[in-house]
Amino acid sequence: MIISIASGKGGTGKTTVATNLARSMGSNVQLLDCDVEEPNAHLFINPSFEETETVFAPVPEVNEDKCTYCGRCAEICQFKAIAVVNENVLVFEALCHSCGGCWEVCPEGAIQEGGRKLGVIQKGHSNGIEFIHGKLRVGEAMSPPLIKKVRAYQNPEKLTIIDAPPGTSCPVIASVKDADFVLLVTEPTPFGLYDLKLAVGAAQMLNIPLGLVINRSDLGDDKVREYAQQEDLPILMEIPFERQIAEAYSRGEMLVDVLPQWKDRFLGLHYKIEKLIE
Amino acid sequence: MKELIVISGKGGTGKTSLIAAFATLAENKVLCDADVDAADLHLIMGPHISMRVDFKSGHTADIDRNKCTECGLCLDLCKFSAISDDYKVNHIDCEGCGVCVYFCPEKAINFPENTCGQWFYAETRFGPMVHARLGIAEENSGKLVTLVRQESKRLADEKNLDLILTDGPPGVGCPVIASIGGASAVLIVAEPTLSGIHDMERVVQLANHFKVPAMVCVNKFDLNLELTRDIENFAKDEGMLYLGRIPFDSVFTKAMVQGQTIIEYNSESKAGHAVKEIWNALSSKLNL
Repeated sequence: MIISIASGKGGTGKTTVATNLARSMGSNVQLLDCDVEEPNAHLFINPSFEETETVFAPVPEVNEDKCTYCGRCAEICQFKAIAVVNENVLVFEALCHSCGGCWEVCPEGAIQEGGRKLGVIQKGHSNGIEFIHGKLRVGEAMSPPLIKKVRAYQNPEKLTIIDAPPGTSCPVIASVKDADFVLLVTEPTPFGLYDLKLAVGAAQMLNIPLGLVINRSDLGDDKVREYAQQEDLPILMEIPFERQIAEAYSRGEMLVDVLPQWKDRFLGLHYKIEKLIE
Repeated sequence: MKELIVISGKGGTGKTSLIAAFATLAENKVLCDADVDAADLHLIMGPHISMRVDFKSGHTADIDRNKCTECGLCLDLCKFSAISDDYKVNHIDCEGCGVCVYFCPEKAINFPENTCGQWFYAETRFGPMVHARLGIAEENSGKLVTLVRQESKRLADEKNLDLILTDGPPGVGCPVIASIGGASAVLIVAEPTLSGIHDMERVVQLANHFKVPAMVCVNKFDLNLELTRDIENFAKDEGMLYLGRIPFDSVFTKAMVQGQTIIEYNSESKAGHAVKEIWNALSSKLNL
């Protein structure tokens, strides 16, 4: 089973829910941090990393000995990542989407596959949790290809918990697609509600069942609850604001370690999700 | 003309509340929301939209089943597995590369342009604003960010305004890169948590990579004084201007619920005072 934890708005508590859920499950669970732009789950899980893998995106590499400067590569490229100017071929690696059009179309076989470094994937373990995250190279614009590589480590024999990035555009879709359930973590504020609606729209577009966690549930107003009721969205957990929780978070401490009564609540959350999927 | 972008790396550190507060304090400015993916600034600014424009960008393949002979070439060529075995294009997976369109021997694949969202010119009680809404699950957020920034500059030129205050997106990827390139400065809103520091360091690297001067302030500083000092020392070591600290204050949430900036809601609150001090330091640095 794959549970993706998303939010729309940033800073609502995705990582808190993902890490505590994983820790509460104990074993036979993997946690994939797909917020590759700003991965944080490892700061709480503290895995010992056993393996680091550098991930590349295929980009064209032109052999100018074979190139006749016919310009077909530039013509097929939708992303302006390759240009032919007189007797020069210019490749703008950062713009390349790795579609393979240029090497497919080149009549001289002058284009081969090079690589642009996207970032790294690190794998490790902590207290029975298999932990994997991606770290986007700073300066790299495209995160979805790296997210897909992280998700290639999904193990269907285990419960997979995915910590998704904020927003609703392509990196979120890459982190949520094909999940069995989307858990949306929100806060009861106007920003939380507005972005929640967008995230609900994304989950519904992908046809994935969803439920809500309301974090800092005693701050703000009641509009998130009213919206959930209107739209018939189940609220599966509420986490009140407590300074103790916020301070523990700041130090990288897990909620279930600081307040052990939360472990049963996270187990209950998992149970409710299982029931909803059935 | 000066263009200031507020970013953070980590989401939820208070970028939008801070830029909204600055909007109350600054004069002669254009407001710009470059967080097109989950834009929230309008919830405080209450903009009256004077013009809305469709944002068209990129293309999606569409197979004409009347012409398709199911030869399978497109399935083989598609690097994004966007074409199903029954020759339907999954619009979410399609990258818009056009490789299938180019090679289809029957010319059976259409390639219409996408409408990915909308952008807006608006008037607010604090002056003009440019903002946008990217469609759910749409791509090209970087291009939409570039567009709203260009339109903000045009508007500032036209109205003779000398400052653009821009709310940036979280992260370090495509929309953030599009937000900061060529800006006068970025203000990084950090929070004193391990996550906040980790993410701040990455966004500082990004600003350095693109050679944009970076300044830092700390929000919710009293959640962890030790980490607040770590951020202050980090800023010093990196040679960045440190603008000050804002306490954790429920006034942020209360103001947001009322659709107000924290200065409007309670300018005498602790956070209100801290934000005013930060604004003073910032405006003197930017020579406003």
